[in-house]
Amino acid sequence: MLNIFEVNETNKMIEQENLDVRTITMGISLLDCIDSDLETMNQKIYDKITTKAKDLVATGDKIATEFGIPVVNKRVSVTPIALVGGVACHSTEDFVSVAKTLDKAAKTIGVNFIGGYSALVSKGMTPAEELLIRSIPQALAVTERVCSSVNVGSTKTGINMDAVKLMGEIVLETAEASKDQDSLGCAKLVVFCNAPDDNPFMAGAFHGVTEADCIINVGVSGPGVVKTALEAVRGADFQTLCEMIKRTAFKVTRVGQLVAQEASKRLGVPFGIVDLSLAPTPAIGDSVAEILEEIGLERVGAPGTTAALALLNDQVKKGGVMAAQAVGGLSGAFIPVSEDQGMIDAVNLGALTLEKLEAMTCVCSVGLDMIAIPGDTKATTIAGIIADESAIGMINQKTTAVRVIPVIGKGVGETVEFGGLLGYAPIMPVNQFSCDAFVERGGRIPAPIHSFKN
Amino acid sequence: MKKTIITVVGNDTVGIIAKVCTYLAENNVNILDISQTIVQGYFNMMMITDTSASEKDAATISKDLSEIGDKIGVVIRCQHEDIFNVMHRI
Repeated sequence: MLNIFEVNETNKMIEQENLDVRTITMGISLLDCIDSDLETMNQKIYDKITTKAKDLVATGDKIATEFGIPVVNKRVSVTPIALVGGVACHSTEDFVSVAKTLDKAAKTIGVNFIGGYSALVSKGMTPAEELLIRSIPQALAVTERVCSSVNVGSTKTGINMDAVKLMGEIVLETAEASKDQDSLGCAKLVVFCNAPDDNPFMAGAFHGVTEADCIINVGVSGPGVVKTALEAVRGADFQTLCEMIKRTAFKVTRVGQLVAQEASKRLGVPFGIVDLSLAPTPAIGDSVAEILEEIGLERVGAPGTTAALALLNDQVKKGGVMAAQAVGGLSGAFIPVSEDQGMIDAVNLGALTLEKLEAMTCVCSVGLDMIAIPGDTKATTIAGIIADESAIGMINQKTTAVRVIPVIGKGVGETVEFGGLLGYAPIMPVNQFSCDAFVERGGRIPAPIHSFKN
Repeated sequence: MKKTIITVVGNDTVGIIAKVCTYLAENNVNILDISQTIVQGYFNMMMITDTSASEKDAATISKDLSEIGDKIGVVIRCQHEDIFNVMHRI
């Protein structure tokens, strides 16, 4: 039978160390909403989302109350809209109308974000996909809850450099279109390489075409729990350290698995995956940077940071994978800058640079995330950053992503405030040397040699 | 049987257990086990209960107990046992 110490340990994690279930994300296929008439399609999309997910928020809240664990976000991801709207949408305005439909549906069911305003163009772009991409700046400016992502490369296909170049421009246009909100639109736009089909985390969530009609994916969190657990093994060797991370990740993930199963059972929707991520928030004690510092760094960004992050990421996966029925999504440690107080402090102190962050993305779960850069950064420079991240993902067979925010009208040394879970960020300097000629080449970088496994 | 774990944490005062137990009795919640300790000067109690015979659902019991806790200055949580089982039992 359970004893009081075990119960107290769990409740201490929840109350003092910010253990929570970060998101229950319902993935909904919109492939059966495809119609040649735009208005009919929009109606079908609205109806399907508001029917399938009508009880999502209430069920999430009920699970939270019964188990006494916060379920912070309830969200929806849908089939990439470039595929769904390809027949009906003949202009960027047509695609924007779909974005507005998604936004309306999200508001009706009460979810705070809906992901899937996406295009998967890792090898080439269809006209519809290009139209959707070109509509992103406007779509994100006129909607509140819609998130967008574009997959521009993969290990199997190489990198679509035409799409990379276009995304450099689109990121900048998105910033411009939302400049009155400190370019907030860019916080809802992710450029991926090797994007997973079952990621529950925003802004990059979409419901891949390999998925079933409707699915429940759950993202767990708990950087504070890992940080506190590691305080007990200060000065111990790496084996001891790794063992502690694994054990803690196991416990955290078991809670995620429980919530996923309950949500799946109560909503009558199959369970998909648990995403084993350490997702920080700007709250004190909810920071991945603090874990790295607890491992032994004066500040995140110091020499040793990449190694510390590599071991953290790997142990989280090892512990978590044993605790969940099926894992997927991004799974690992997120290193967003604006959403992590330790990262923000390290940038302000000069310990953490964009280049070090790039190195860290070789071993973290995703990529350059929530990084504010000067608003006058050139589109080709942003494309260069995207190309670098994509190359890391392609060669290392991992998911990488870029979510940078060129803050229009602001420069290095200034701060931008996004509010809520998105936090705030100091604007970081970007290498001023040009990559224009590189980006202008156009075409595609072929798939790497190790992609040929057939 | 649906087991629920009730925890009470706070400054020790007269009648904490009485108030919680009165509520549980009135609502047909059976107490299976009680343990109590003092942690860092705080009163710390855990009850394992069976709520299956109660007419109230878990969310309501949780809310009611939380309000009782507010009145007597302690934190009362009421959670389904599975959250602890998954974490501490394989």
